Amino acid sequence: MNAFWSFITERYPDILKALQEHLVLSFSAVILGTIIAVPIGILLVYSRVGWINSIVFFIANLFQTIPSLALLAILIPLLGIGMKPAILALLLYSLMPILRNTYDGFHSVDEGVLNSARGMGYSTAQTILRIQLPLSLPYIMSGIRITTVYIISWATLASLIGAGGLGQLIVSGLGVNKPEMIFIGGIGAILLALVADGLLGLLEGWLSRRYHQTRDAAI
Amino acid sequence: MIVLEHVNKVYDNGFHALKDINLEFKEGEITVLIGPSGCGKSTTMKLINALNTPSSGKVLIDGKNISGLNPVELRRNIGYVIQSVGLFPHMNISKNVGVVPRLKKWDKGKTDQTVNELLDMVGLDHTVYGTRYPSELSGGQQQRVGVARALAADPDIILMDEPFSALDPISREQLQDELIRLQQDLHKTIIFVTHDMDEAIKIADTIILMKDGEVVQTGKPDTILRHPANDFVRNFIGSKRLENENENIYEIPLVDEVMITNPVTSFPSRGLAEAIKMMEMKRVDSLLIVDRNKQLQGAVSIYRVLDQYGEEGKTVADVMHPVRYSVASGSTLPQAIEIMDSHQLSNLPVIDSNNRFLGLITRGSVVKHLAEVYPTMVPPLLNGEDE
Ligand SMILES: Nc1ncnc2c1ncn2[C@@H]1O[C@H](COP(=O)(O)OP(=O)(O)OP(=O)(O)O)[C@@H](O)[C@H]1O
Ligand SMILES: [Mg+2]
Repeated sequence: MNAFWSFITERYPDILKALQEHLVLSFSAVILGTIIAVPIGILLVYSRVGWINSIVFFIANLFQTIPSLALLAILIPLLGIGMKPAILALLLYSLMPILRNTYDGFHSVDEGVLNSARGMGYSTAQTILRIQLPLSLPYIMSGIRITTVYIISWATLASLIGAGGLGQLIVSGLGVNKPEMIFIGGIGAILLALVADGLLGLLEGWLSRRYHQTRDAAI
Repeated sequence: MIVLEHVNKVYDNGFHALKDINLEFKEGEITVLIGPSGCGKSTTMKLINALNTPSSGKVLIDGKNISGLNPVELRRNIGYVIQSVGLFPHMNISKNVGVVPRLKKWDKGKTDQTVNELLDMVGLDHTVYGTRYPSELSGGQQQRVGVARALAADPDIILMDEPFSALDPISREQLQDELIRLQQDLHKTIIFVTHDMDEAIKIADTIILMKDGEVVQTGKPDTILRHPANDFVRNFIGSKRLENENENIYEIPLVDEVMITNPVTSFPSRGLAEAIKMMEMKRVDSLLIVDRNKQLQGAVSIYRVLDQYGEEGKTVADVMHPVRYSVASGSTLPQAIEIMDSHQLSNLPVIDSNNRFLGLITRGSVVKHLAEVYPTMVPPLLNGEDE
């Protein structure tokens, strides 16, 4: 226990740096993933061609199933080592849940609501921006929340390709046989994931209330 | 004027929903589309705001084929109450009603004012309901909001797909009356879908009866009632009206069927102030005085009561005058009318063999009875009563 505290007090700049790297890695991946996945999800909702949907979902699903270590390894020859390939790998993982939830969120909007929006004279763009997107936000947010939690834990592996982060503490700790270092890295990632989950959960709840998304809104 | 010319609608799944429809919806009139579920009423209606495109044939508004118009623009100029209401769950009621004015970029003051007026008009106090969300309203209240929303941008054409179906009978009548009143001022071209023949007869200038994607009969309510095109129409008009037609028309009604059974009466011991209050409340100008044994003692008119009002101790028994004419239970209506006519009476009590008071024949009750028997001659609008 003593070793643990002295490690924290002595090395806290390193710990903070690792934490910061971890945050940058995870959130860049999630934010970029959202920027890519939400519009694709919307396009898929509006696409009339069934097989395009199948292919896109197949690819997004495929990324999901590649073991993270393998994906990171595959990217080294393509992008080298460091932050960039790590962010790209994590981003690929984030696509599927956000895509899926955007798609489902849009489909959850009541048919009567959509018909009345069209009947009132909303253009397609207005229907998306003013009706479907606000009503799907709780769904999209929940996709983002779930992804964020996964990404934070997978980001510990990013240190293996030199991207730093809390995983770096674990890897170094293993190298020099310092259990407290491994412990800090692991606990840090867990706490970070919990905090992110909690905060995003609050945001999700607020959005649901803000947009009064209730199942029985239409008679 | 809206014209459908040889319109066919075949849905993507191959279902032939409309078969060679030719229709005219006259400007400034309420046209009611009626028919059994699935006959194509909503499908027909959606042709007009381009939510459906005809598989063949034309839809013309004021002579212009709407396939050449921008559908979004077109819809903003056509009010639409959709069958499933479809309020936007993330907007409060005021926002919902103001949707089309905002799309048309009205200024905020004008939009807010219109929204408030419309909410009040459909019977929802805007100070109470304006900030609520759709999920906080009952089905009937949501329907009212749906109606207000369709009227908001003051469109010339309004499509209403079963707009009152979730309302209780009393609110429904109120909104029907409101619609008729509004229409007298505004002369919109309204197309109204309903399942309810009473509603159709009440509000329609023209009724279009549909069945299985075809038009069965078109005409004024009166014409359709008098000359149903076939058995289907006859059935749809309803067994009650037809029974009346077949059985009661040639049967002479008895006073017992026509009389009002709950006229305004008072015990002889009541004071004059009470009598005035009662007349005021029930909006009548005279009271029948009936004692505990249901014997008719007399009647007082408001003038008599006011005349003697200063004398505090007096009861209605002191100022009443005897009722000279009455008719026995079991007499026929013509007998009663004969008595009323020859003595210039506005009403006539009905009594049984023990002299007990049973009810009152009034002019209003006579009209009402006639309206039930001959619905086409006396539209049900006229059933206001007077005693
Ligand atoms: N999008 C669609 N695709 C396929 N068939 C449809 C579609 N919309 C309606 N139909 C069919 O077309 C027929 C007419 O439907 P429509 O909605 O016009 O009926 P309606 O007269 O309004 O009935 P209701 O009184 O129940 O509202 C029905 O048999 C219905 O199942
Ligand atoms: Mg319908």
